[in-house]
Amino acid sequence: MESPAIKAPGALARFFDGDVWHSFRNSPMAVVAAVIAALCLFSAIFAGWVAPHDPFDLASVNLSDSRLPPAWMEGGTRKFVLGTDDQGRDILSAIMYGARISLFVGFASVLLSMVVGVALGLLSGFAGGKIDALIMRVCDVMLSFPSLLVALLIDGVGRAIFPNADSTLAFGVLIVAISLTGWVQYARTVRGSTLVERNREYVQAARVIGVKPSRIMFRHVLPNVMGPVLVLATIHIASAIITEATLSFLGVGVPPTSPSLGTLIRIGNDFLFSGEWWITIFPGVMLILIALSVNLLGDWLRDALNPRLR
Amino acid sequence: MLAFILRRLAQALVVMLTVAFIAFMLFQYVGDPVASMLGQDATPEQRELLRAELGLDKPFPVQFARFVGNALQGDFGISLRQGRKVSTLIVERLPATLELSIAAAVVALLVGIPLGVYAALRRGSFGSQVAMTVSLLGVSLPTFLIGILLILVFAVTLKWLPSFGRGDVVSLGGWTTGFLSVDGWAHLVLPAITLSVFQLALILRLVRAEMLEVLRTDYIKFARARGLPNRAVYFGHALKNTLVPVITITGLQLGALIAFAIITETVFQWPGMGLLFIQAVQFADVPVMAAYLCLVALIFVIVNLAVDLLYFAVDPRLRIEKPAGGH
Repeated sequence: MESPAIKAPGALARFFDGDVWHSFRNSPMAVVAAVIAALCLFSAIFAGWVAPHDPFDLASVNLSDSRLPPAWMEGGTRKFVLGTDDQGRDILSAIMYGARISLFVGFASVLLSMVVGVALGLLSGFAGGKIDALIMRVCDVMLSFPSLLVALLIDGVGRAIFPNADSTLAFGVLIVAISLTGWVQYARTVRGSTLVERNREYVQAARVIGVKPSRIMFRHVLPNVMGPVLVLATIHIASAIITEATLSFLGVGVPPTSPSLGTLIRIGNDFLFSGEWWITIFPGVMLILIALSVNLLGDWLRDALNPRLR
Repeated sequence: MLAFILRRLAQALVVMLTVAFIAFMLFQYVGDPVASMLGQDATPEQRELLRAELGLDKPFPVQFARFVGNALQGDFGISLRQGRKVSTLIVERLPATLELSIAAAVVALLVGIPLGVYAALRRGSFGSQVAMTVSLLGVSLPTFLIGILLILVFAVTLKWLPSFGRGDVVSLGGWTTGFLSVDGWAHLVLPAITLSVFQLALILRLVRAEMLEVLRTDYIKFARARGLPNRAVYFGHALKNTLVPVITITGLQLGALIAFAIITETVFQWPGMGLLFIQAVQFADVPVMAAYLCLVALIFVIVNLAVDLLYFAVDPRLRIEKPAGGH
C-alpha cells in the first residue's frame, strides 16, 4: 500500500527496510491483496485513459444501448464487457470513474482526520491539564455514538447551512463529515505515545538546550509517534471508503453529477427487480475488492510492524 | 453499589444535556424559524411579534431551558417537510425500528454464541474454519451490499420472501406490530438477517476468542480433574465467564444496530425511524433531525446503564464492595 509512503516520505526507508519487506514477500495474502489494491488504484487513477468508454460524454452514450447484459450473457456485446445501465453507459467505465471518486473521498477524509487527530493528540499529550481533559472528554462523547450517525448528522447540518451548495462544497461537507468521525482514534493513539515520549531523554535534552515547545512537538516527538498512526491510517482507508459508499447509497453522499461506487449501487438497486442485476452487483464487487484488499494489507502491516509478533 | 449507580446516573445526565445542547444549537443556527413560518412578505413588526411569541428574544440560557422543558414533554415542534408534529411522526415509526432491531439482536445472539462456542471447541475443524471465514466477510462487507445480495437471491431469483416494507401489521393501541401475522414475519426475515450479520460476526469472533482464553485457565483444568462432564465444564464454567465481554459488546453495539438500521431500512423501505431520519437529512428537516438525535442518545444512555447493572448480575466478583485502603 502506498499510503505510508505518500504521507511520510522521510519514513519510507525505515518502513520498507529489511524486516518489513521480508515479511511482505513471505505473506502470500499480503502480496495478493497488494496486487488487487494496486490494480484498483491504477484503474481508478487512470480511468480517463484505461476506461473503454467515457460514461460522462453525452455524445458517445446511446440510449439504444441501455440495459445490455454483460458480454458472456445472451444479448451482451463485447463492446460493453460488464453490460450497460439504464442510460446506456458502460458499467466497467462507470466503475472505474466511480472508484476514482470513492478513493479520492476516502483518501482525503483519512488525511484530514489524521491531521486533525494527530495535532489534537500531540497537543493533548504535550499540554496536559485542562486542555487534555477537554479533548479527551470530546473524544469520549464522539466514541459513544456510531460514526455513521455522526457523519449523517454533520452532512445534514451541512445541507441545512448551504442549501444551494455547488458540487465542490458538497464534496467538502462530505469529507469533513467523514473526517470528523475518524480523528478520535488518531488523537487517542498519539496522545498515548506522546505521554511516553515526552519524558524521554531526547526531549528533555532538547528542552534543556532551549528548543521551543512547538518545535519539540513537531520536530522531535511527532516522528517518533507516527508508526502506529500510519497503520491506523491504512485500516481507516477501507472504513472511510465504506462510509462514503454508505452515505452515497443513502443518497446524502457525493453530488449526483459525479457518481461514486455507492451512487452506482444506489442507481442499480432500482433495476434489481427487473432482472438487471449487473448494474448494481459489479460496482458492489469493486467496492468489496477495494475494502477487503486494503483491510488485509492493513492487518498485515499491523502484524509486520508489531515487534512482539516477530 | 449505590454510589456507583448514582455516579453513572450523573454521567448519563451530562451526556443527555450535551446532546440536547447540540440539538438546541441546530435549531438556533440552522435555518430561521421566523422566516420559514411567516414567509417573505412579513413586516418587521410581525417578525418581532412572532419572535417574542416563540421566546426567541429571551436570553440564551432561558431559551435553552425552554427547549429542554419542551423536549422532556416530547415536543420538538413541527416537521418542516411534512408539516406534522415531530413527536407524532416518531411515535408512528418507533415500533418498526424497535421490532427490527430486537429481531436482529436476537438472531445475532442465538446464532453467534453457539457458533462461537463451536468454533472455539472444534478449533481447526472444517466447520469452524468456514464459520471464521464467513464471519470475516460479515465484518468487512458493507450492510447495504448484504441487503442487496439477499434481495437478489431470495426475493428476485428464488421469489421466496418479500423485500419491501413491513407487510400486514396489527395495531395494538398505538403500537403497530408485525409479530402477529404470517405476512409480518415473512417481511421481517430478510431485513433482520441483514441487520444482524455484522453483530453476529462480531459476537461469534468475540465468544470464540474469550472461550479459547478461558479454556486455558486453571479452574477449567480443575473442573475437569473433578471429573465433571464436558458439557458442564464448557457451558457451566467456561461459557458463563465469557459472558461479561459479550454483554458489554452487545449492549454497546445496540447503538450501532440503530445506526445500521438506517441503512437496512433504506434498502428494504422499512417504514422505521431510520428512513424518517434519512429523509430529514436529505431535506435538512431540522426538527426531525434534532428529535431523532435526542431519542437515539436517550436509548444509548439507557442501554449503557442497563449493561453496567447487568455486570452485577453476571459477575459476582463485582458485587463485593472494594475494601477500603489502609486496613
